[in-house]
Amino acid sequence: MARKLSIRQAINEAIDQEMSRDPRVIMMGEDIVGGHGSEGEIDCWGGALGVTKGLYGKYGDRLLDTPLSESAYVGAAIGAAVCGMRPIAELQFIDFMGVCFDQIYNQAAKFRYMFGGKAQTPVVIRAMIGAGFRAAAQHSQMLTPIFTHIPGLKVVCPSNPYDAKGLLIQAIRDNDPVIFGEHKVLYGIEGEVPEASYAIPFGEANIVRDGDDCTIVTYGMMVHRALEAAALLEKEGIDAEVIDLRTLSPLDMDTILESVERTGRLVCVDEASPRCNIATDISAQVVQAAFAALQAPIMMVTPPHVPVPFSPVLEDIYLPDSTKIAAAVRRTLEGKRH
Amino acid sequence: MSATITPITMPKWGLSMSEGTVVAWLVDEGAEVRSGMPLLEVETDKINNEIEAAEAGILRRKVAQEGALLPVKALLGVLAPAEVGDAEIDAYVAAYVAPATEDDQGGAAADAYQFVDVAGLRVRYAGRGDLRNGVPVLFIHGFGGDLDNWLFNIDAAGEFLPTLALDLPAHGQSAVRLPGATLADLSAFVLAFLDALGVDRVHLVGHSLGGTIAASMARAAAKRVASLTLIASAGLGDEIDADYLGGFVAASSRRELKPVMERLFADASLVSRQLLDDVLRFKRLDGVGAALTDLAAGLFAGGRQSDQPGRGIADSGIPVQVIWGSADRIIPSRHATAAGAAAKVHVLDGAGHMVQMERAREVNALLVEHLRSSA
Repeated sequence: MARKLSIRQAINEAIDQEMSRDPRVIMMGEDIVGGHGSEGEIDCWGGALGVTKGLYGKYGDRLLDTPLSESAYVGAAIGAAVCGMRPIAELQFIDFMGVCFDQIYNQAAKFRYMFGGKAQTPVVIRAMIGAGFRAAAQHSQMLTPIFTHIPGLKVVCPSNPYDAKGLLIQAIRDNDPVIFGEHKVLYGIEGEVPEASYAIPFGEANIVRDGDDCTIVTYGMMVHRALEAAALLEKEGIDAEVIDLRTLSPLDMDTILESVERTGRLVCVDEASPRCNIATDISAQVVQAAFAALQAPIMMVTPPHVPVPFSPVLEDIYLPDSTKIAAAVRRTLEGKRH
Repeated sequence: MSATITPITMPKWGLSMSEGTVVAWLVDEGAEVRSGMPLLEVETDKINNEIEAAEAGILRRKVAQEGALLPVKALLGVLAPAEVGDAEIDAYVAAYVAPATEDDQGGAAADAYQFVDVAGLRVRYAGRGDLRNGVPVLFIHGFGGDLDNWLFNIDAAGEFLPTLALDLPAHGQSAVRLPGATLADLSAFVLAFLDALGVDRVHLVGHSLGGTIAASMARAAAKRVASLTLIASAGLGDEIDADYLGGFVAASSRRELKPVMERLFADASLVSRQLLDDVLRFKRLDGVGAALTDLAAGLFAGGRQSDQPGRGIADSGIPVQVIWGSADRIIPSRHATAAGAAAKVHVLDGAGHMVQMERAREVNALLVEHLRSSA
């Protein structure tokens, strides 16, 4: 299995294989077919960052270029899903969710419940997430906690190409609305990806590094920062376990608790703003379920509670990095009892 | 440079291995070692194993530190007789240049695997040596396995015979489709695989399901089988652990799979996270679950083995060797004697179902001896 793809290619392949397998799969989004500056040429951009490039040539009108109106086409995708299609709506940036939020949290997330299980909404809403792209405060947010907060939505956030393909295929086949967060800084990273189709079940975290001294729980780009921190700590004789959540809803608390019960220490790393985020959620759940196992206070590593700065210098300081994560792990090990 | 200095280098266990970690040295510097003696333990992302002395001599220098992660062919230590001076050893270590590995670019590991179409199904296999230069040894893995189950064994046979190992249909990276779910379908398929490669006669080495396929091939085409080595093999009795089969097919998460996989090994700690991840990656592929379900139903319905072609197979005149682990929890080792009085039987004390991985050194020695005596 040595074929390597980038996350961008893995997402493209997942959509391609599912569109090929299931005629109900369609796509809607801005500039996914033609686009500004393309002089009418089709399949010019493949979305803002070229993720879906090439699909129009294969599937034609099953890819719909939409006006710059998220409220219209996200609503249309949700409506099509309720009527039996399996739409994928692409939002350029998750920051634009504000204008289509009623369709998502008050309609898509509620249909199955409000109609007594007689309706299902198999829609996937893909959107770019996260900071580090010099895209300023309105195009850099990590809004994953907002969607995780809402019952009826599933929230997915892959960190590598293998997971991106398998989780997106699962998202397309899933009968509930899925918010699929693609970190814009990770599109280019490469990893081994099987050519065949496969689905990764939701709600199963991935232990990306084994360790006995402290558990680091995170997702998305921060998985890579956590692994860098673990490599720094290894030189000091500290062996950190790193858990990649993969899906935030459903959340695999079993894997987290099993790990914390073994290490006795927990650092939650979240790129989202610090109040009411994934780190606070997991911290609270671990304290409630496994307080006796904890040998040190839980540490949370997050950005400060401010908008993402546009200044590159400030943006770099804003984001959690391996130094901050490693420092938090060391804090949990201060005065370690043997 | 003295020809009497023997380098100890990082081995390449299986085609995907590019580096390994030195876990521990098992002998001290200055110790006299016999040929075949374990020198150090190396960990790969798949499993731990020991490196043995290729020659007798004195361990003159430990070059690799414990804990070091080193590429394949890196120098780990130096063996030499006492008459070689320390200065010469120092010069040897200083001048040592690791031979280029085929996969320095990272991509060539895939090139070492090959694919061939057999009866409309794409089959992945690994070939080593010229198939026309001697009777090849064909390795056939077990239920849910793949050709990497042989990563510690292929090289031992490959030192003097060409080798082949395939991924059975709906296994590893072969097409996710069965040619049929009966034993006859599978053995006919493997014979067709040999036809596709233009190979007439082979030594067969089969593990578990692969063993019963090998025995079935010997029944169907005795002239094409130079020898049989049946390892923890199905097809020699009717018992099999139905809980294992059902659990393996049903498991969709690491948490479900781990206790199932642990049944394969006497030492459960050998089930690494990487091994579980690799099996899960295979099991997640579209169609694999259905194919394994069909296969289990076709061969092991009701928790019994439906076909037992291995019973009395040694009476056919084909040289047969049976190897088992006494602590096998999947297929009981008492089946080992069913191949017939002419079969050589070796039950390794304390080993589990994956005896060819757990006790590679002993299994390889038995395998090599059997292949040489059957030549």
